[in-house]
Amino acid sequence: MQNQIGAPKGFSLTDPRVRAWLFQIITIVVVVGLGWYLFHNTQTNLQHRGITSGFDFLERSAGFGIAQHLIDYTESDSYARVFVIGLLNTLLVTFIGVILATLLGFVIGVARLSPNWMINKLATVYVETFRNIPPLLQILFWYFAVFLTMPGPRGSHNLWNMFYVSNRGLNMPAALKADGMWPFLIAVLVAFVAIGVMVKWANKRFEDTGVPFHKFWAGLGLLVVIPALSVLVFGSPVHWEMPELRGFNFVGGWVMIPELLALTLALTVYTAAFIAEIVRSGIKSVSHGQTEAARSLGLRPGPTLRKVIIPQALRVIIPPLTSQYLNLAKNSSLAAGIGYPEMVSLFAGTVLNQTGQAIEVIAITMSVYLAISISISLLMNWYNKRIALIER
Amino acid sequence: MTTSHVFKPNMPPPNMAVGPVAWMRTNLFSSWFNTLLTLLALYLIYLIVPPLLSWAFLDANWVGTTREDCTKAGACWVFIEQRFGQFMYGYYPPQLRWRVDLTVWLAVLGAAPLFIPRIPRKVVYGLSFLVVYPIVAFILLRGGFFGLENVATSQWGGLMLTLVIATVGIAGALPLGILLALGRRSKMPAVKVVCVTFIEFWRGVPLITVLFMSSVMLPLFLPEGMSFDKLLRALIGVIMFQSAYVAEVVRGGLQAIPKGQYEAASAMGLGYWRSMGLVILPQALKLVIPGIVNTLIALFKDTSLVIIIGLFDLLNSVKQAAADPKWLGMATEGYVFAAVVFWIFCFSMSRYSVHLERKLDTGHKR
Repeated sequence: MQNQIGAPKGFSLTDPRVRAWLFQIITIVVVVGLGWYLFHNTQTNLQHRGITSGFDFLERSAGFGIAQHLIDYTESDSYARVFVIGLLNTLLVTFIGVILATLLGFVIGVARLSPNWMINKLATVYVETFRNIPPLLQILFWYFAVFLTMPGPRGSHNLWNMFYVSNRGLNMPAALKADGMWPFLIAVLVAFVAIGVMVKWANKRFEDTGVPFHKFWAGLGLLVVIPALSVLVFGSPVHWEMPELRGFNFVGGWVMIPELLALTLALTVYTAAFIAEIVRSGIKSVSHGQTEAARSLGLRPGPTLRKVIIPQALRVIIPPLTSQYLNLAKNSSLAAGIGYPEMVSLFAGTVLNQTGQAIEVIAITMSVYLAISISISLLMNWYNKRIALIER
Repeated sequence: MTTSHVFKPNMPPPNMAVGPVAWMRTNLFSSWFNTLLTLLALYLIYLIVPPLLSWAFLDANWVGTTREDCTKAGACWVFIEQRFGQFMYGYYPPQLRWRVDLTVWLAVLGAAPLFIPRIPRKVVYGLSFLVVYPIVAFILLRGGFFGLENVATSQWGGLMLTLVIATVGIAGALPLGILLALGRRSKMPAVKVVCVTFIEFWRGVPLITVLFMSSVMLPLFLPEGMSFDKLLRALIGVIMFQSAYVAEVVRGGLQAIPKGQYEAASAMGLGYWRSMGLVILPQALKLVIPGIVNTLIALFKDTSLVIIIGLFDLLNSVKQAAADPKWLGMATEGYVFAAVVFWIFCFSMSRYSVHLERKLDTGHKR
């Protein structure tokens, strides 16, 4: 082994390995140098402005009111609690938005594939209209042009004497905890355990004998019957509190403030347009041969869809779908434009202005979003590995 | 004895097989379910379209100068007519607005040859255009040279500002994004880690927080006494943010190039930069042009976010004009106008991207 090819001995700038080392050392020096430079500047600037850095400010009392808080809050509470409220509000918008956008997006995506010309074109118009208008513009439109121009509570639009839409938002009945709550929850839990046992038994019987079992209907039955028994025996889990018009506003019930309504509506409509396209391309990606193969095996249309088409379409749909969910979560920060108290407008807006702790506040806000997106992409990678086609 | 057979002329196909009736039977009323859907769709159209038409056109007010001239029930387009200058140019001095127009015309005229196929020396022309035009545009818009009056960037606004942010954003993000994409696929761990961290960081946070950061934190990062104007700070934020997305698009293109191309370039004795510049990137960039147009569309929509840091782009101009006490209640007209403008830009870009995708779809499918 005396004449090894390549890799000349000694130090030479033409040696790719030496160059690689050199490049990396330069990169590290530049990055570290830049970081130190910025850090140094920041330190001097902070000293000159008399700002003390650190996270002590989180303990201080906030002293301002918040339009919507999911947990108890008074003006004397700390900034840390304000942060939690902002985070919860962000999650609330994301949660509602994800559910509604998925439903709407799937309906419109399927409609775009409909053989019915009219439905097909309507869905296309929807998608092309809403995905080409900036989401912030849609939010401002719903807020300033729709909800704020609605009549006041006295002239509100009334739906079945339960839901009232006015410029104060959407008032609806509130579900309050009643005596039957705990038995009901336990009954639901029992139902889920029963479904698990049933599915296991049905799968085993199918493996052994090949006799199928209607798992879906049986499961649905269990889920309805067991909690219904609990309601019959222990009474209703909730009692409803209706909103009532007293004076100039509603009393009782739950209220969705107009900011929340505008934000969820706009984000739902905007994201649904993208989800529709994802669903459409997912379904189209399953070749027609799959349908024909399933039919020639003797599967009927229903099982063909459930067992052949949908599992393959989902493999294409789910990765971009999660990135749309992530976009929705990030777009919820656009609420800063209408003052809905979520993470960015509440924490990076009001708290930053009050305390002046720019670096800490922005760092906290950004790390929350980073944490959300990193955890979702880790979940996604895990899922992708699980469903990836195992090729021969 | 000869008999001649004379064929009768063909009968026209039955009404049920061709023509509008047959079309409707197959496309609208093929089953009871489809019929139901068609009726539902017709009902939806009936609910939406006539009121919209009468609001926007039939009952709309087109002429006048003040709010009082809007007497009919429909939209008051007088508001848009009166504020059109502000929506397009912001607070750019009216007597100097020809400079903005000239900049736009120069862009259109200068870029036109690039879209004509078979023009000689297209690459050389394109590159020199890319170098010369930004300088000319900067001088024209900002002034301060050659006797042109200086217009501070705080006076820029409206659609013009939207276009400035979008074009500068994408022009700055492209080179940075390409470098990042190359770095991400590098075999050197230190370079790779730096690039991956950079890309994932910017992709993980919303643009709003980036803009907040560039407006409140950038001044802290810079040495004492050095300060940028607001627009430049926003542009830096936008370029950083956008470069991460461009990098991911370009990476897709780099991954799509078959390994044989890399090996062939090495076999020719080309070093890293030359094999990238002469062999890999020309092919990869061609593949990702539609993807880059898509990021440009996203960027164009995202420019509206500068409202948060108080720049007066198209959306903010509309928002401000709608809050004017002289024009109270004009929010709907204003936002509809802004939506139409944004829609025209985004829709035509997306059509162009689809067109490019079809045109460039050659060679790589075997």
